[in-house]
Amino acid sequence: MNKGDLILKLRGVSKQFGAVTALQDIELDVHAGEVVALVGDNGAGKSTLIKVLAGVHQPTAGSIEWCGQPVTLDSPGTALELGIATVFQDLALCENLDVVSNLFLGHEIDPWALDEVQMEVRAWTLLQELAARIPSVREPIASLSGGQRQTVAIARSLLLDPKIIMLDEPTAALGVAQTAEVLNLIERVRDRGHGVILISHNMEDVRAVADRIVVLRLGQNNGVFTAETSHQELVAAITGAAENSVSKRMARKQEEANA
Amino acid sequence: MSDLSPQLDRADSRVRHDEGIAGALRALIDRVKSGDLGMLPVIIGLIVISVVFSTLNPVFLAPNNLVNLLFDAAAIGLISLGVVCVLLLGEIDLSIGSMSGLASALIGVLWVNSGVPVALAVIGAVLAGALVGLLYGFLRNRFEMPSFVATLSGLLALLGLQLYLLGSTGSINLPYTSGLVKFGQILIMPAWLSYLAAVLPGALMVFFGLKTMARRRAANLSSSGRSVLFAKAGLLTAGLLFCVYYLNLGRGVPWMFGVFTLFVIALDYALRRTKWGRSMFAVGGNAEAARRSGISVQKIRLSAFALCSSLAALGGVFAASRLASASQQAGTGDVNLNAIAAAVIGGTSLFGGRGSAWSALLGIIVIQAISNGLTLLNLSSSLRYMITGAVLAIAVIVDSLARRSRARHGRA
Repeated sequence: MNKGDLILKLRGVSKQFGAVTALQDIELDVHAGEVVALVGDNGAGKSTLIKVLAGVHQPTAGSIEWCGQPVTLDSPGTALELGIATVFQDLALCENLDVVSNLFLGHEIDPWALDEVQMEVRAWTLLQELAARIPSVREPIASLSGGQRQTVAIARSLLLDPKIIMLDEPTAALGVAQTAEVLNLIERVRDRGHGVILISHNMEDVRAVADRIVVLRLGQNNGVFTAETSHQELVAAITGAAENSVSKRMARKQEEANA
Repeated sequence: MSDLSPQLDRADSRVRHDEGIAGALRALIDRVKSGDLGMLPVIIGLIVISVVFSTLNPVFLAPNNLVNLLFDAAAIGLISLGVVCVLLLGEIDLSIGSMSGLASALIGVLWVNSGVPVALAVIGAVLAGALVGLLYGFLRNRFEMPSFVATLSGLLALLGLQLYLLGSTGSINLPYTSGLVKFGQILIMPAWLSYLAAVLPGALMVFFGLKTMARRRAANLSSSGRSVLFAKAGLLTAGLLFCVYYLNLGRGVPWMFGVFTLFVIALDYALRRTKWGRSMFAVGGNAEAARRSGISVQKIRLSAFALCSSLAALGGVFAASRLASASQQAGTGDVNLNAIAAAVIGGTSLFGGRGSAWSALLGIIVIQAISNGLTLLNLSSSLRYMITGAVLAIAVIVDSLARRSRARHGRA
């Protein structure tokens, strides 16, 4: 897989939940070695799209192509096998298990006689690469803070060396240093030739790392932008109007400053 | 490795590292305080039970009475072992009693009435259990039918099948001279073998403990230290040797209980050291997270229900061999509740994701001790039912309180 090759191609993907259309005719391309940011207001369908790609939800219509081959993502296992790793917004960790067990869940070393020593060593190595601050990998997840859990979830997604890693609001719960670490990490993952799909409400983070910014609005595509796009343009695409609460607020501030 | 660089898991200065025996004790006290009770309720329960019943009737602690107690414990213990599997997933099986009764009826009909070899009859009974369990799993997976309801209807249906199989006669006696009945009534381990069995766990613990320690040191990880390992192994061996010595003052250790213990060891290994076991805990802790990690939650559920019903069936076979009969009463009454109570008393949570195979063994000894003590006092079954019911209620309350305390202390 060379940098710039098309890994994932979505055409006309739709998802209905009963009478509600969560996604309609979504198009999305992800190439090797690029960061695609997925932005949109609450309820724009970002998380639904992520879940479709992760095999959690099945699309009602549309086609998904993986490296040129049409595929059906009918279960999370299929998506993982193809090489789509996901860090969900709710992290999906088992609180009763310790960090090592969670990192290796479903992919334990030596299924008939778990190799705890090797798993623990790899867990520490991985966490150190991410500059993670986890005091002990033998404590249950329940005893970790939100940021620590986020780090564990990201570390888990990298364990299988996926082609595409999807991050749903990865920095929402993180401190300043951890946010910078995650952004560094995203760049490192991209430079290794992986594709990254990043969902975030934080435009600063998005513009710092994204090569392309895909805007969703009310379950539909609403333009593709680059990091050079101005903040106003992005907000206009997200909210669907040049005249919105964000622009009004900025205009008001401007007036106050002028007065 | 160099001694200068901190070990991988000792780099963070915020974590207190408990070294040596004092440290191990301190960690243990912390765990209990935060609601991780482990074996504590069982030990307290056994002490209270022993004191109360031996003051009321000194026969209670006589070696031969304890041997009988172990004979009685094996059958329901096996059933309880299956219950541990479904409880780990946060599910329940209320039909285990009926399943064990059906299995004993199958043994009677197949072996005594139809002349099928006894081994085949046992295999047939266990397979019937597996099928019933797969059906429960299917109902749970396909129709999201709560296991509580599915197995409650199973309770009645299996009981009906048991009565149908036994027909108008109502009970089938198993031949007294057969190996199966001897196994359930008189077969005792030779003394040397029981002593060997008492020493082996400690020896294996030291052997594998030292091996793991060496590997951890080679991998630059910390290890708990030899003193703790030797202390644990020593305590375990001393305790087991005393038990075996005391039982050998009477008839000795029943083979039936030995076989039950082997099943416990096998399930303990499967739960703690295999991918399947890890998946069981994951599904019990957070089924959605397990599913997203690529674990087939449906297969895990099927396996747990099938294992539970199979073990219940095997428990029924044990019970039939203990009683030398397959009767309409087999598996009815307090069998269901005793098996579930044993698992919960032993420390397996009703809420899923926490527990161990050993809880079945420890819990059933507590339950059987109560039942045995009450029988020695010549109490009617009415009182026995009431007391056992109360014990189950207390066990569940302790489980709930411990769970709340764990949540407060940030432990799942």
